[in-house]
Amino acid sequence: MADFTMPSLGADMAEGILVGWRVEVGDRVKHGDIIAEVETAKGIFEVEAFSDGVVAQILFQAGPEAIPVGTVLATIVEDGADSISPPVAAERMRISPAARRLAVENRIDLDQVKGTGSGGAICLADIEGLIGATTAKVPAQKPVETKTSSDFKSGMRQAIAAAMSLSNREIPHYYLATDIDMSRSLRWLEEENRQRSIRDRLLPVILPLKAVALALKKIPELNAHWVDDQLQLKNEIHIGFAIALRGGGLITPALHNVDLLSLDELMAAMSDLIKRTRSGKLRGSEMTDAGITVTGLGDLGVRTVFGVIYPPQVALVGLGKIDEQPWAEQGGLSVRPVLTATLAGDHRAGDGHQGAQFLDTLKRILQEPEAL
Amino acid sequence: MEQQLRKMNYRDALNEGLREALQKDERVFLMGEDVGRYGGCFAVSKGLLDEFGPERIRDTPLSESAFTGAGIGAALGGMRPIVEIMTVNFSLLALDQIMNNAATYLHMSGGLFNVPLVIRMATGGGKQLAAQHSHSLEGWYAHIPGIKVLCPATLEDARGMLWSALLDPDPVLIFEPAVLYPMEGELSADAGPVAIDQAKLLREGKDLTLISYGSCLHKCLEAASILAEEGIETDVIDLRTLRPLDDESFLASVAKTHRALIVDEGWRSGSLAAEVSARIMEQAFYQLDAPVERICTAEVPMPYAKHMEEAALPQVSSIVATARRMIDG
Amino acid sequence: MTTMTSKPGQALVNREQSLHFLRQMLRIRRFEEKSAELYSAMKIRGFLHLYIGEEAVAVGVTEALGSDDAVVATYREHGHAMSRGMSMAAIMAEMYGKIDGCCRGRGGSMHLFDVEHRLYGGNAIVAGGLPVAVGLALADQMQNKKSVTCCCFGEGAMAEGEFHEAMNLAALWQLPVLFVCENNFYAMGTALQLSESVVDLTSKAAAYAVPTATVDGMDVIAVAEAAEKASDTVRETGGPFFLECRTYRFRPHSMFDPGLYRSRQEVEGWKQRCPIISLIRRLKDKGWIDDPGLERLEGEIATEIDSAVDFAEQSEWESVEDLTRFVYSDAGAN
Repeated sequence: MADFTMPSLGADMAEGILVGWRVEVGDRVKHGDIIAEVETAKGIFEVEAFSDGVVAQILFQAGPEAIPVGTVLATIVEDGADSISPPVAAERMRISPAARRLAVENRIDLDQVKGTGSGGAICLADIEGLIGATTAKVPAQKPVETKTSSDFKSGMRQAIAAAMSLSNREIPHYYLATDIDMSRSLRWLEEENRQRSIRDRLLPVILPLKAVALALKKIPELNAHWVDDQLQLKNEIHIGFAIALRGGGLITPALHNVDLLSLDELMAAMSDLIKRTRSGKLRGSEMTDAGITVTGLGDLGVRTVFGVIYPPQVALVGLGKIDEQPWAEQGGLSVRPVLTATLAGDHRAGDGHQGAQFLDTLKRILQEPEAL
Repeated sequence: MEQQLRKMNYRDALNEGLREALQKDERVFLMGEDVGRYGGCFAVSKGLLDEFGPERIRDTPLSESAFTGAGIGAALGGMRPIVEIMTVNFSLLALDQIMNNAATYLHMSGGLFNVPLVIRMATGGGKQLAAQHSHSLEGWYAHIPGIKVLCPATLEDARGMLWSALLDPDPVLIFEPAVLYPMEGELSADAGPVAIDQAKLLREGKDLTLISYGSCLHKCLEAASILAEEGIETDVIDLRTLRPLDDESFLASVAKTHRALIVDEGWRSGSLAAEVSARIMEQAFYQLDAPVERICTAEVPMPYAKHMEEAALPQVSSIVATARRMIDG
Repeated sequence: MTTMTSKPGQALVNREQSLHFLRQMLRIRRFEEKSAELYSAMKIRGFLHLYIGEEAVAVGVTEALGSDDAVVATYREHGHAMSRGMSMAAIMAEMYGKIDGCCRGRGGSMHLFDVEHRLYGGNAIVAGGLPVAVGLALADQMQNKKSVTCCCFGEGAMAEGEFHEAMNLAALWQLPVLFVCENNFYAMGTALQLSESVVDLTSKAAAYAVPTATVDGMDVIAVAEAAEKASDTVRETGGPFFLECRTYRFRPHSMFDPGLYRSRQEVEGWKQRCPIISLIRRLKDKGWIDDPGLERLEGEIATEIDSAVDFAEQSEWESVEDLTRFVYSDAGAN
C-alpha cells in the first residue's frame, strides 16, 4: 500500500490547498497519472501518482484549507489486493436496540461510548454505566481520578461525588502505611505459576487480597459497617474490589467470602467479577455487602495510596506498585520487591493501634505465602 | 394448609386426567389405536377399558383419517370425543381431517358449527426411533388457525390440561412428549384442571430469558441451575400453549432481562422458535440488549445412532454454552 | 347383503309426490342456470360446480330423510341444500359472498352449512366428508338417537383412502350411515374405467360387508324408492348402507372446464335421459300436469329466483373488522 501525500513541489512549499481530485475510490491508477490538483502560492499544479494500484481511500476532500506537505491525502493499494477499504461511509455502529433507546433518552453521545458487548457492541450496561443507572444503588468510594471530560455531569460521577463528600464530611480518617518485602511471596508465586498453564496463572494482586482477608480474621473490627453511631461487625469477609470502567468511573463490587477461597478460586472469582462488572451483570448483593474495600493503583505506577473510605465501611486498604527498592535489613542493604500497603481507617470506629496491628498482620502473612 | 403430595409419573397424571374426564361427563369417550385392550401404546389409558367399557374406550382400526374424522363428526353430533393418535408421526395420515375439517368448520360455516374435539398424541425424539418416528411437529400444527395446540411438560399440566381442553368449544391438540411419560414427580392430591391460555414462569432470574416447552423445558431448567452456579440468573418460561401464544409472558420477561434464548425441538426453519423470536422482535425490539437466539433440532431427518441423535437434538450443554455467550458477549 | 335394481321410467303412483319432485328438480335446475349466468357476470366467483343433470339424486335421496337426519355433502351441493329445505336466498347470498348468506359469505358455493336442516357441508376435499359422516352417526348411536346420516360423494372419492377407512369403520362399528355414491362416471375429467381397476362400485362397499344397491340416478322416482329402502335398512339394522346412483352431469365439472374428455355424442345421449324432461313426459302421460300448469310452475320458480337474487344484491358485505371472527368460538382466542 502506498500513501499519496501532499507533495512538495518546491523547497519553499510548506503547504498546499487541495483543489480537486481526478480520481475516485476504486479507480485504477498508474505511475505518472494525474490524480489531483493542488494550489500553491505559485499557482495550481496537477500532481501525479508515484505508484501503480487502486485508489483505496480518499482522506481529504477538496477544500480551502491549507494542508501541510507530507499529509496523507489518499491511499493506493496494489492492484489485486483485496483489502480495499470501503469508501467514506463509516461502519454502522454496533449497538443493541435497548442501549440505543436508553442512550437517546439520556442524550448520550454514542460516538463517545466504547462497547463491551459481543464484537464491541454497545450494550445496556455501557449506557447504564454512563448515566449511573447501575451506580445509583452503588456509589463508588474514591475520587482517585480527576476527570475533566463531560462525564462530570453523568450520574456515576455524581454518585461518586456524593459518596466521597459524605465520607470526607463525616468520617475522621486516619492513615497508616507500611512497606512489605514481597520477595518471598513473589518467588513462591513464580514457582506456583510455573506449574500452571498460562490461562490458570495467578496474578500478584491475589496474594495481598487473600492476605487482607486473613488479617481481617485477626482484626475483625475493620470488617464492619458504621451505622447509627454503632459498629456492626460483619460475619463474613466480603471485600469490595475497586474496578475501573473502560468508559470512565469506578465500581467496587464485593468478592464474597475471600477468606474461604483458595487462590485459584479467588483468581477465578476476581476474573468473573471484573468481566461481569464491565458487562453490567453484577448482582445486587455484590454492590452492598462488602465490609471493607481494597483498591490498587499499582498498575499505574502509584507507590502509596491514601484512600477515602466508602461509607458505611470503616476501612480501606490501598495497594501500591510492587517495585524494586533498596531494602536495609540486618545491617545490610539489598534490593527487594516492595509493596507499600496503606490503611485508611475511621477514627470513630477504631484507633490507629488497631490499624497498625492490621498492617503488621498483613505483612507477616505475606511472608508465608505457602499458607495462603 | 398442608398440601398432600402424591408420587406419580407423567403417564399416571395423564391417566388420572382421562379418568376424571370420563367420570365427569358422559359425552366424553376415548378412541384410538390400542387404547383399550392394549392399554394404550404408552400405557396412558391402562385400566380405563375395565372401568368405562368398550363403548367409551374404543379401539380403532389403523385408520387415522377415519377415526380422527369420526371424532370431528361425533363432536358435531353432540359428543365430547378424545381422539388418541398414537404419535404425531401418524397424525400426518389424519392431516386432512385436522386441517381441512376440524380447523375450518367454524369459520367456513360462518360460526354455525364448532368442533369440540380433543386430539392427543405423543411427540418428539430422543428414543432412538429414527427418522419416521421422532418428529416434533407441534410447532407446525401451531401454524394452523382454528385449532389450539397444547404441550404439557409438567405433571400438573399432564393431569389438568385435558379437562380444560374438553371444556373448550373448539378443537384442541394435546402433544405429549414421549420421553416424558416415565418422568417421576409429585402432584398435589387436589390437582385439577389448569388454565390453557397462559405460559408459565417456572424460574426467575434477571440476566436471560429461556423460552421453551415440552421436553426441552426440562433441559432449560437443568441449564438454568448450571448457569445459576456461575452467577447467571435466568427466567425460564414454559410456553404450555403453543397456539394461541401467550405473548405477554415472554415479552414481560424480556423487558426485564433484555435477552432471550428459545429452545425448541422442532426444526429451526419456520419453527415455533422462529415465531416467538419474531414476536419479540416485533413487540420488544427496544428492550433487546442482544440478538434473540434459538436452539432447535438440527435440520436433518432424525438419525438412529444415539450419538447422532443427541447431536441433532437441543442439549443442556448447548443451552448453557449459548446462554454464557449471550451474557459474556 | 342385498342388492336392489330399478327399472327406468318407473310408473308414477303418487301425483302430489311426483309434482313435488318436479318442482324440486326444476328449482335446482333453474337456480343453477341463473348461477351460471351470474358467474359469467362476475357476481359469483370462486369455484362453481353445477349439479345440472344430477338433480334426481339429491331430490330422490332427500325424500327418504327425516328432519332429524343429517346430510354431509360435497362441493357440488346446491341441490342437496335446496332439497333439504334451505332457502334460495340464503344460498344465493352465500355465493355472492354477502353477510346474509347461510355462512355469512365465508364458505361460498362449495361450503353450504345449515343447522336447522343438519347440513354439514359443503366439503371440498374429495372423500373428506366421509369420516365426518361416520362420526355423526357414531354420536347418534352413542346417544341412542335413531337418526340416519346421509353421506353423498362422487365415485371419484372411492379411489381415496378415506372412503375405505370410513367404510370399514362404519361397518365395523355398525353405524347408521347411508352412503350415497353419485356416480357421474367422471372424476373431474378422468373416466371411471381410467381410475378404478374394478368399475363395479358396489363390490367395493360389499367387501366391507356393507349392503348395497344400484339405482338409475336419472329417475327421481326410482332414486326415491331405492333411497327409502336403503334408509329403512339403515334404521332397522343400525348399520351402514351403500347406494350407487348412476347419473351424469350435463355441464362441465366447473365453470372453467372446456370438457375435452368426453364426446358431444355421449353428453347428448345422456341429455336425452334428462330426469326433468322424462318426469314431465310421464306426468303429462298421466295427465297430472299440462303446459299451462308447467308454465305456472316455471313462473313461480322464476319469481323465487328473482327474489333470491334481489336478496343477495341487497345484502350487505360483512365488515372486514370481523375478519378474524369464527376462527375460535371465543373471539379473543386468536
